[in-house]
Amino acid sequence: MRRFATVLLIAVCAFALPPLLTALKAAFLLTQLTMAAYYALASLGLCALMGYAGQISMGQAGFFAIGGYASAYLSTRNLAAASGDPLVGGLDALGLLSRGADAYGNPSLSLSPWIAALCAILLAILVAVLIGIPVLKLKGHYLAMATLGFGIVIEKIARGTPALGGADGLSCVPAFALLPGLEVTGGRAARAVNFTISWVVLAIGLLALVNLVNSRPGRALRALHDGEEAAGAMGVDTARYKLNVFVLGAAYAAVAGVLLTHYNGSIGPGEANAMKSVRYVAIVAVGGMANLSGTLAAGLLLNFLSLRGVFGSLDDLVFGVMLVAVMLLSPGVRSRR
Amino acid sequence: MSLLEVASLARSFGGLRAVDGVSFSAEKNRITSVIGPNGAGKTTLFNLIAGSLEPDSGTVLFDGEDITGMKPFRVARRGMARTFQAIKLSRRMTALENVMIGRHVRSRAGFPQAMLASPWARREERRIREEAMKAIELLGIAEYAGRETGSLPFGVQRSVELARAIASEPKLLLLDEPASGLNIRETVGLAELIGRIRAEGISILLVEHDMSLVMDISDEIAVLNFGRKIAQGKPREIQSNREVVDIYLGEDDD
Ligand SMILES: Nc1ncnc2c1ncn2[C@@H]1O[C@H](COP(=O)(O)OP(=O)(O)OP(=O)(O)O)[C@@H](O)[C@H]1O
Ligand SMILES: [Mg+2]
Repeated sequence: MRRFATVLLIAVCAFALPPLLTALKAAFLLTQLTMAAYYALASLGLCALMGYAGQISMGQAGFFAIGGYASAYLSTRNLAAASGDPLVGGLDALGLLSRGADAYGNPSLSLSPWIAALCAILLAILVAVLIGIPVLKLKGHYLAMATLGFGIVIEKIARGTPALGGADGLSCVPAFALLPGLEVTGGRAARAVNFTISWVVLAIGLLALVNLVNSRPGRALRALHDGEEAAGAMGVDTARYKLNVFVLGAAYAAVAGVLLTHYNGSIGPGEANAMKSVRYVAIVAVGGMANLSGTLAAGLLLNFLSLRGVFGSLDDLVFGVMLVAVMLLSPGVRSRR
Repeated sequence: MSLLEVASLARSFGGLRAVDGVSFSAEKNRITSVIGPNGAGKTTLFNLIAGSLEPDSGTVLFDGEDITGMKPFRVARRGMARTFQAIKLSRRMTALENVMIGRHVRSRAGFPQAMLASPWARREERRIREEAMKAIELLGIAEYAGRETGSLPFGVQRSVELARAIASEPKLLLLDEPASGLNIRETVGLAELIGRIRAEGISILLVEHDMSLVMDISDEIAVLNFGRKIAQGKPREIQSNREVVDIYLGEDDD
C-alpha cells in the first residue's frame, strides 16, 4: 500500500546503505546519517503534534535534551560509594546495575542503560504532562511562546547545574545494549550496525505515526486542528487529545535524545537550545506540515547537510530563513483562518 | 418523559439577553422546530443545549439527565449530534473521513491500539468506514466520498455535515438552518431526508427559516423573538397565531 511506501524505503535503506556506502568508499557518511535519523525521529514527533493536530511547540529540543541528559546522568552516575545503601544493593541484586571503570580506571557501579533510558523517557513524559496541561489551553503564538519559554528553562537548567556538567554537558556515556551484542555506541567498528539500528528505529517510529494519523484518534487530531468546536460537538475530548499528542511528540524527542546521546557518548546544553527547537519546527514546515514523509525527508536531508558542515557558519541562519520562506510562500500555511 | 427538557434557560451577551428564560421540550421520535426572526436567539439556544455555551441560568435535561453546562464532547457522548449554521467541516479531509469522525462516539481505539494497528483496532476501523459509508449513501453523496471536502459544492458540504451527525447514531439531532443556501430541489430532498432520519428513530430539533419546510415536517413548533418564547404549538396553531404572524410570518415571504 502506498501509505507504507516510505516506511518500507527507510527499512530497506537501513540494511542496504551500509554495504552500498562501504562499496563506494563512503562509509564515513554513515555517522552523520545515523545522527540525522535521530533528529528526524524527533521531528516526526513534532509533525504529529504540529502538522496534524495544529499545536505548535517551540520546545521540542527541551524534551530531546531531557531524554538525553537524564539517560546520560543516570547511566554515568557512579553508585560505587553508595553500594552499602540498601536501595543500591537492591538494584544490584535485581541486575539493574552495570559495573565498569571510570575515566581514572577506578571501579564504577551505575544504572544499566536500559533502566536509565526508560527512566529518561518516563521523565520526559511526566514533564510533558505537567507542562502540557496548562500550556495547551493556549493557542497559536501564545502556545509557541510558552513552549519556547519551556525550552529556554531546560537549557538554563542544563547549563547551570554542575551535576549535569554545566556548559560542557555530560560525557563518557556508556554504550546502550538494546539486545546482547546490539549496542548503541559510537566508534568505527559499530558504525554500520548503528546506522541500521537508527534507521530501523526511524522506520518503526514512522510506521506507528502513519498508523496513527489514519486511525480514529488520528482523525480526531486532524479534526480538532480544523476546528475545535466541531470536533468537540462530535464527541472528541479536544483537551485530552491535545495532551496525548503533545506527550507523544515529547516521547519521540526523548527516545531520539536518549539514543543519540548513547551513540555520541555525550550530550551538551546546545541540544536544548531554542535554535534547535526552531530547526525542528522548520523541518516540519519544509516537509509540508501534515506530511510525515515530507518531514522525514526534510529531517534526514537538512540534518545530514548540517552535520556535514555544508551550511558552514550559516547553519542556524539556513534553518531560520527556511522557516520564514515556508511561512511566506506556502498558501496552505498562510491562508489558514 | 420528554427526550429534551429545557427550563428557564437564559444567556446574555453584555447587556443583550440573547436567550431570555426559554422553556420547551422535544419529544422522542418527533420533529420539533424553533423559529424566529434573525437574531431571535435560536443558534444561541442550540449552543446552550449542546454545551458550546454555558447558560447564566436554567437547566437542560437530556434523556432524563441534567446536562446543563456540560462540555460539548460529553453531551455528544450522551447521544446528541448537531450541524452548524455555518458549515464546520475539516476542509482538507475527504468527505468520507469527515463522516468517519461522526463515528468517534461509537468507537474506542486510542493512541496505543491505533499506533500498533492491532487486529482489534483494524476491525473497528473497518466498521467505522462501513457505517460512515452507510450514512453517506443515505445522503446520496457516495460519488463524493473520496473527494477533499473543501472542494465540494456547498449543497454537498451540507450533506457531508449531516451525514457526519447521522453517523453517530444520535438520539437527538440538532439542525441549524439546514436548508439555507440550498435550492428548491435540494430543499425538497432535505425534507424527505429529515423524514427518513426520523423514521430511523432519531428525534430532531430543527432551526429553519424556510417556513414551508418547517410547516411541512414539524410536529411541534416553538417561536422565539428577542430571546423569549412567544408561542408554541402544532404547525396549524402557529400559522394562525396572531402575534407570530405579525412579528414573523407576515414580514417574511420566502
Ligand atoms: N458570541 C456572541 N457574542 C455576542 N453576541 C452574540 C453572540 N452570539 C450571539 N449574539 C447575539 O445574540 C443574539 C442572538 O443571536 P443568535 O445567533 O442566537 O440568533 P439566531 O436566532 O440564530 O439568528 P439567525 O436567524 O440570524 O441565525 C443576536 O443579537 C446576536 O448578535
Ligand atoms: Mg442562527
